[in-house]
Order: sequence, then structure tokens, then C-alpha cells
Amino acid sequence: MAHLSATAKKQIEEIIARYQNETTPLMMILSDIQREYGYIPLDVQELISEKTGIPVAEIYGVVTFYSFFSLTPKGKYVIGVCLGTACYVKGSQQVIDKFAEILKIKPGETSEDGLFTLDALRCIGACGIAPAITINGKVYPKVAVSDVPKIVEEYRQLGGAN
Amino acid sequence: MAKVNIKIEGQSYQVEEGLTILEAARECGYEIPSLCAFNHGECSLASCRVCLVEATGARGLVASCVYPVAEGMEIKISSPKATAARRASVELLLSNHSLNCQQCDKNGHCELLYVAQITGAREGKFRGEKTPVTIDKLSSSIVRDTSKCILCGRCVSRCVNAHGTGILGFQKRGFQTIVAPAENRSFAESPCILCGQCVSVCPTGALSEKSEIDLIDEAKLAGKYLVVQTAPAVRAALGEEFGMKIGTAVTGKMVAALRRLGFDKVYDTNFAADLTIMEEATELLGRIKNGGALPMITSCSPGWVNYAEYYYADQLDHLSTCKSPHQMQGAIIKSYFAEQKGIDPKDIFVVSIMPCTAKKHEKDRPEMEVEGLRDVDAVLTTRELAKLIKRSGINFAKLPDEEFDQDLLGEYSGAGVIFGATGGVMEAALRTAYFVLTGKEHEAIKFEDVRGMEGLKEASFNIAGSEIKVAIASGMKNAKVLLDQIREGNSPYTFIEIMGCPGGCINGGGQPFVKPMFLPNEDLNILDTYREKRAQALYSEDERQAVRQSHNNTQIQALYKNFLGEPNSHKAHELLHTSYAKKEQFPEK
Repeated sequence: MAHLSATAKKQIEEIIARYQNETTPLMMILSDIQREYGYIPLDVQELISEKTGIPVAEIYGVVTFYSFFSLTPKGKYVIGVCLGTACYVKGSQQVIDKFAEILKIKPGETSEDGLFTLDALRCIGACGIAPAITINGKVYPKVAVSDVPKIVEEYRQLGGAN
Repeated sequence: MAKVNIKIEGQSYQVEEGLTILEAARECGYEIPSLCAFNHGECSLASCRVCLVEATGARGLVASCVYPVAEGMEIKISSPKATAARRASVELLLSNHSLNCQQCDKNGHCELLYVAQITGAREGKFRGEKTPVTIDKLSSSIVRDTSKCILCGRCVSRCVNAHGTGILGFQKRGFQTIVAPAENRSFAESPCILCGQCVSVCPTGALSEKSEIDLIDEAKLAGKYLVVQTAPAVRAALGEEFGMKIGTAVTGKMVAALRRLGFDKVYDTNFAADLTIMEEATELLGRIKNGGALPMITSCSPGWVNYAEYYYADQLDHLSTCKSPHQMQGAIIKSYFAEQKGIDPKDIFVVSIMPCTAKKHEKDRPEMEVEGLRDVDAVLTTRELAKLIKRSGINFAKLPDEEFDQDLLGEYSGAGVIFGATGGVMEAALRTAYFVLTGKEHEAIKFEDVRGMEGLKEASFNIAGSEIKVAIASGMKNAKVLLDQIREGNSPYTFIEIMGCPGGCINGGGQPFVKPMFLPNEDLNILDTYREKRAQALYSEDERQAVRQSHNNTQIQALYKNFLGEPNSHKAHELLHTSYAKKEQFPEK
């Protein structure tokens, strides 16, 4: 647990303390940490283990099971490209490939400047506007491959890595 | 408990309510092929789907290892539908399995191969992509090969149940799923105590010990003087590898086999067990007298020492500084023995036969050497010794009973023998402590209160007017209770014995596998009774020994007189004691 600063340690401990009366607090703790910090590295998992008595391997298993949780920091802008059936037949594979090409990352990875994370999503329930993508929750309908450079540039202008 | 009426293959039976179909069928004389299920639901994830049967009242086929019996239930094991389904389940497992059976450590004990055979599963029935493979050979003790893992979860359950440490867990999801330490790390880079309990329950070759058989061959080729020593628990289980009933002591045949394997000297680690008692008892009395850290805790079990260094590094001053018996014996062989025999210690190769996988790691610890000479050069488990014997064409059952070599380090007391069972070190120490404190031998010799297979025991004795409270734990889950008391400052004990594996060394991670399907002549409940049976073999040998207390071992007396001086002397400290240090749980890779 060498990397956690005293402040970070205190904040994580506060989150863990919120659920001390729960019989199965793990999902709630992990959800809060993911929401508030964007990722759950091993040192944080060790701290959760120490406080709850749940083995690190079990916590790690939960973190790697659910795609909502992440082991590495996500970018400031998380681009989710839907690869559900409807979006896929409307060409979302080409859309995600274009993002990957421009950002020089594979799906699941974060760009070196910390600005973008590219995620492949399964159906997000927006089949009527396929192919759809989301960026930090904002939905973009009917995205064409030719729209991609413009979208990336828009967020680069906003800038400001974490 | 209430009974229910069921039918299996058309026959009527009455069984206890609440049993699973698998358990009920077993009581009625049917063994449903199964794989992932383990004793009394220790692992009950129903993940392998090998035990499928037809049962009325259920939709489709059911996994008999988790499905409970109910009144009026009719069960079909051998219907074409159930038989075909079980076969398909095994074929699916085989499709994601590396099938290099001839090189596999579990060959002969593989449960997957067994169910494949009895279900008639065909190799290559399903072909396709395989899950990415991890092979971890980094630790000195345990090898993990995920290409042979069937994701049954037995190891996950055993680690939690025995130690509460839960080193192994399921990771990722779907086809990518693996069982591994966090981050798919090596055991060497996780807070794993290397006890090998996971190896004992693994149904396939996914977990195995790291073999050191080759080191013996290399030493022979190099013309080394080979000295072997055997731990007490080995004799209580080695016979099982050759079809003997569990609980058969094979001391004499084991010695005969080792001689025929080319060892120049065959000694019993019990000699050093006696030596440990002399050193440890002196250390304890010193701590009591001089106000040292109490309770003092035994340090014979390397699994336990690993646990202390990972999880209770703030309490390490409670551990006895004594090396474990086989390390002591190694150090004595390369000093006293070499000197007396006029052999250059550099030419001596010491092999320890141990019931333990953690001993392999222990012998590699940097502290375990004196003046550049390693105490012990190779550690073989009981199972590896059996392999060595089989490889050499020795017919074990036909061997004569022979004696250990008797010179210099050959004598041992009954107290040394019982080290192999939980409570044994404590009893051995009490026998000697009683003598030291009262000046006479304890009349009954035995201290029954510290015996038995319970994971946590306590007893108190009035010796020479003072009350001594002791506790014994095996399995780290139980040890944790005692350690938390110490940490909180309210431990009532003077002396504590802790062993890594539940039941002590007789149930060590290097002992023969206890797998009922390969033991047709054992009782149905053998998984509940094998530990007592092995322990009994040791207690019987203790009863047969002429000398029952460590301090009455005349060769130990001679060793002190001619070489070490007295217990805890400067020389004894140099050779026989060690130190401990905090270990980082998840070090930077």
C-alpha cells in the first residue's frame, strides 16, 4: 500500500465506514470509489480488504467481473461506442475503428495525455438512433465515420486532462 | 432428522432430509460421477456439470451435488439422457484443457481423467479457441498452470476455509475467467503462505508442487555425499502411495527404500525435533525468567512463519527464534557430522523428505545458511519420494523393514515422532519442561489434553506449583484468534503451538492425495477420518519408543557435550536459530 497518500487513505476509509453496518458492503464500497475516483487500483483494494476482511483476490475478482469498475484511471472524456446489434449493422464497428485510429488506442484503453478513454459498449437501448455513441453520458445519434474527427477535435478544444 | 422416501433407478430408499442427491445416492450405494463437488460441500458451486441426473420435480437435468432430495423424488442416474449429458459436460471441459497427461504431475490422481474415462468422454469432440494460459513457476513451492484448471473453485474454498487468507479467486468473466491470486500474480508475489492445501484439493494438474527430483540426480552425478532426513509425518502416509491403508506406518520400508535410492546416510528428522525441544524449551524458560516476549510461539511450520511475516509482522518477537527441525538437522549435518566423519561439508548434499510444500521455500530463505553453506539442499514432498521410488523400480511392499542409521544423529525419542500431528510439539515440549521444572519425569508421559484434530485447543497444567496455560492452533483461521488476542494484549497463554495446515503436518500440502475414487478399500467417510488415522500411526510409534522425552536422547546429550556446549549457547545460536522480517503483501512487480 505504498502509493496511497494519507489524504487518499482517509477518504477511502470514510467511504468504507459508510457501509460498516451492511452485511455485504463490497459492491457499494466499490461503486462509490469508482464514481468518486474513476478507478480502483490494487492498493485501494488492499485497504478495503484490511478494513472489511474480504480477501484481496475476491475484491479483485469483483472489480474485473463488472465492466463498470476499472483498474486504471479513465480519461477525462469516456467515449462509449455501442456495438449492439442495431448499431453494429449500421456500421458502428467502423466508427469505433476510426476513434481508435485517431486516438491511437484500442478499445478499453486510455490515451497517453489522459484525455480520452475508448470503450466498446453492448446495446445501450438507443437502437432508433443507431449507430449511437456516448461521451461522458451525452448521447450522439446516427454517428457517421466522417463525424468522428470533428467530435474528437471538439473535445480536444475543451482540453484539460485530469 | 426427518427422513424422506426416494427412488433411485427404481429402487426405494429412505434418506435424511436435506442431503443433496449426490450425498443421498452415496449412502444408498451409488457413486454419481462428479468432479467439482468436494467433501460436505466445501466447494459447491456446481460449476462443472459432471454430476447431472434426472430427478422428478425438477425442470431438466439437475446438478446432484447441490440439488436436495425431496419426498417422493425419483432419480435416474443411468438414463440415456443423463449419461449423454454427463459425457458432454466432460467433453466441454476437455475442449479447454491442455492434454499433455503424460507429463502431468497429477497423472494417476487426476479426477478429470477419471470422470472422462467413466463417462466415455471423447477427446477432441469440441474444438475451438482456448482461454489464454498462465503458468506460474516463480515460487519455490507451488506451480499453477491455468491450462489445466476446470474452474471448480475447490482451491478458492480451501484457502478461505483453512486460513481465511483467500489468496486465490475467480477473475474476469466468461471465457476469460481464471482462478488466480489478485492481478494474476505469482504465489511468490502474493501473501500466500505456500502451504499447498490448494494443491491437495485440486482435481487436476492445475496446481502442483515444484518438483526437485532432478536436483537429486544432479547431486549424484556430481559425486556428492548424499544425506537424507525424513519428517515424522512422511512415514504415516507414504504407504498410501503404494496402495496401503491410510494410517499404516511404513518407517522401516521407507528407510530401506531410501538406502536403495543411493543415499549414503538415512536419518530421521526426529533427532532434530528433539534438538528443537531442547533449544525451544530453554528459550521459553529464558523468556519467562528474563521478561521476554510471551506467549512464545513455535516456529517449526514454515507456512505459519510465512503467515506471521505477511499478516502479523508487528508480533514477530513472539516467534521462537529456533529454526525448524529439518533446517537444524541440515546445519548439524554440515558442521558436527562433517567434522566427526572427516567429510568436507561442501561435498555433502542434504535432502529433506517433508510432508510440506512450504519447506521448499523455507530451505531457500537467505537466513538458512551458515558460513556460505546452505543447511538443506533439496526438499522433496512425500509424493515426490513415492515417485522416486516408483521410478527406481523398487517394489515397496516387498521391502524389508530397516533401521535408520544409528551413528551420531540416529537416536530419537517418541517426543520427536509426534511433532507431525497438531499438539505434538506442545506435548513434546511439556514432557521436557516438566522435567526441567520439577527434576523428575511426568509419570503418565502423555498429555492427552493437547491431542486431537480440533483446530483450536487450550489446556493448562500445574507444573512445580506454577500454572502454565498453553494453546494450540492449526490452520491460520484458528491462529488468527490467538494472534489477535496477543495484539490486543490479553493473551492468557505462556506458550502456543501453531501449525500451518489443519491437523498439522500429517495433513501437509505435500502428503499423498486423499481422493475417494482412487481408494476403493477405504471407508466412505475417509475424507473425515484420514487425519486421525495418520496421527494415530505417529502416536503408536511414540508408544513403542524406549525413550519418550527429548532430553533423554543420549546422542542429543553427546551433541551438546562435544560440540554445542549448552542449549542456546553462542554456537547453538549460530547454527540453530534464525530471524524473521515483515514481508510486503503485494510487492512492486
